[in-house]
Amino acid sequence: MDHLLDNIVFAIILFAGIGFFSVNVKKLIRNIKLGKSVDRSDNSSARWKNMALIALGQQKMVKKPIAGFLHILVYAGFIIINIEVLEIIVDGLFNTHRAFSFLGGLYNFLIGSFEILALLVIVAVVIFWIRRNIIRLQRFWKPEMKGWPKSDGNIILYFEMVLMTLFLTMNAADFAIQHGNFAENHHYITAGAYPVSGPISALFSNLGYSTLVIIERTCWWLHIAGILVFLNYLYYSKHLHILLAFPNTYFANLNPKGQFTNVESVTNEVKLMMDPNADPFAAPEETESDEMPEKFGASDVTDLNWVQLLNAYTCTECGRCTSECPANQTGKKLSPRKIMMDTRDRLEEVGKNIDANKGTFKEDGKQLLNDYITKEELWACTSCNACVEACPVNIDPLSIITEMRRYLVMEESAAPVELNNMMTNIENNGAPWPYNQMDRLNWKDEA
Amino acid sequence: MGNETLYVPTMAEMMASGKTPDVLFWVGCAGSFDDRAKKITKAFVKLLNKANVDFAVLGTEESCTGDPAKRAGNEFLFQMQAMTNIEVLNAYEVKKIVTTCPHCFNTLKNEYPSLGGNYKVMHHTQFLKTLLEEGKLKIEGGSFKGKKITFHDPCYLGRANGVYEAPRELIKKLEAELIEMKRCKQNGLCCGAGGAQMFKEAEKGDKEINIERTEEALETKPDIIAAGCPFCNTMITDGVKAKEKESSVKVLDIAELITNAQDL
Repeated sequence: MDHLLDNIVFAIILFAGIGFFSVNVKKLIRNIKLGKSVDRSDNSSARWKNMALIALGQQKMVKKPIAGFLHILVYAGFIIINIEVLEIIVDGLFNTHRAFSFLGGLYNFLIGSFEILALLVIVAVVIFWIRRNIIRLQRFWKPEMKGWPKSDGNIILYFEMVLMTLFLTMNAADFAIQHGNFAENHHYITAGAYPVSGPISALFSNLGYSTLVIIERTCWWLHIAGILVFLNYLYYSKHLHILLAFPNTYFANLNPKGQFTNVESVTNEVKLMMDPNADPFAAPEETESDEMPEKFGASDVTDLNWVQLLNAYTCTECGRCTSECPANQTGKKLSPRKIMMDTRDRLEEVGKNIDANKGTFKEDGKQLLNDYITKEELWACTSCNACVEACPVNIDPLSIITEMRRYLVMEESAAPVELNNMMTNIENNGAPWPYNQMDRLNWKDEA
Repeated sequence: MGNETLYVPTMAEMMASGKTPDVLFWVGCAGSFDDRAKKITKAFVKLLNKANVDFAVLGTEESCTGDPAKRAGNEFLFQMQAMTNIEVLNAYEVKKIVTTCPHCFNTLKNEYPSLGGNYKVMHHTQFLKTLLEEGKLKIEGGSFKGKKITFHDPCYLGRANGVYEAPRELIKKLEAELIEMKRCKQNGLCCGAGGAQMFKEAEKGDKEINIERTEEALETKPDIIAAGCPFCNTMITDGVKAKEKESSVKVLDIAELITNAQDL
């Protein structure tokens, strides 16, 4: 009967863990959909290819070879060791032990590979921790990385270390039971290969059967519980990238990086202005909706499109964008990573506001502009696309900067004075400098 | 050689005599008005003349593409400029455009089509490479043989549009030694002028971007820093001056390198 109790407790933990995660995933999707529509349904073959190469294939990660290689270890470990989680779930629900062991040689191979990967993951994660905390790589110590983002980074590493250690300890205890010739053992069958935990099990050589069972069961329970806690931690963490990297690379911009969008509402107005047949005194056309006229550019997250919001949730704060940013390198306040972190923080704030107000957003007197991202940051950008190029999962901070500049210029006329002069020149004489358009060909005859 | 040899027909003149040139040379604002950039314009025209290219310019009918306005966030002004230019270009039935400015190149190539302006747009380094391949232009090492040249990738040519090889192939034709900077091609560092920064003071920081980039270029111990953009050219020329290296290191556009090599 206590087996049945185990199974019931397991089922409850499992469904609670998955259930709570689903609730947050719904929230995540709801928040992303607060963004404006943008069509990314074209060219699906190129999109699948991007996802395969960049998310699955880690193509851009390896541009930094050390971090790239270590990341592949952790990533492969994460994906492959999850096959083991399947077995844990089957065992937990049906009170079996090593349910997949009927696979025989293949099972031995799988368990052996998981063990080697688990060890490699521990090694990689320890090196990651050293890079963050001892070597203190510059990009992990920028101003936006203080407080929660810094803790978040380390918590993830601790999680991974603990989960892998539990997995190996569990196997070590199992190995000790399998090879201990305990008369009372009827449950632990001889199965699997244990290249890493086998040697570790020497530590357990003096322990009796029941102690070993307690160790094995404790690690087993903590391991699966830890995985479920980690799954639910994702929503609150930068670690969401392990899931969102896939849709993010799929929906990423496919146009040349230099191509900025042409704002359609502006096109309509400009066309009307330039139409010689348009009646300047005509009453504005009756529109079917009584919507507010569209805002130009973005001052808050809901003015951005959903791909930009997906970008914000996908960002894992690695800082490759910021370390490539010419403005940041020369001491300016702009950090493309901070643009993404601010966008996510504000979006979360808006989401919580909606939750607290029965599904509608209640004006909170705040917005992305000024309360999170300052003009000084926005005007420091050279639009060089280094951040976009650097992002291992094709996030586009530049598109957000551009939208916010559009708001500053077209809604608030708040460009720096020199830029206003430049724009006045273009308006008056078709060049950013105060030269007469009629002098444009003078160079031909100049000595 | 004097300027009397420059042959620069305008589209209006061409049309008046019932001709349609093969290609329009889009000079750009810098190329038209900036003293340094005008030299690049003339160098490129010399090459066009030498290769007997059937081209014309818009002259006084050309106007800013709207690039700096767009990067600054002024979509209205950009689209006004774009639609005005497109009307002119379409009236002349322009099919192919070449320009010495990567910003004009990017805007004309990528941002004009959805507003009704569809042209084959080439950067002058791509165009010169084609002339070379078609045998219309010959490039010889001349005075640059064995010189060390490093190439600064303009963001709007390189990362923005993926053009990395055309300028490099031209430099190699000069039989010069092409040395890459630590950060080049996809990883190239911006000169600091893009995104309308050319027209304003930089935000507060601890260094100017053009100095950072110039220092990196100087690390390669070059005789010449080659550029493919009038704005990069200005930024790096200023950087070289700030480093007091202007007597030993020249900043030249690829078009100038070729004309200088051939003593045109």
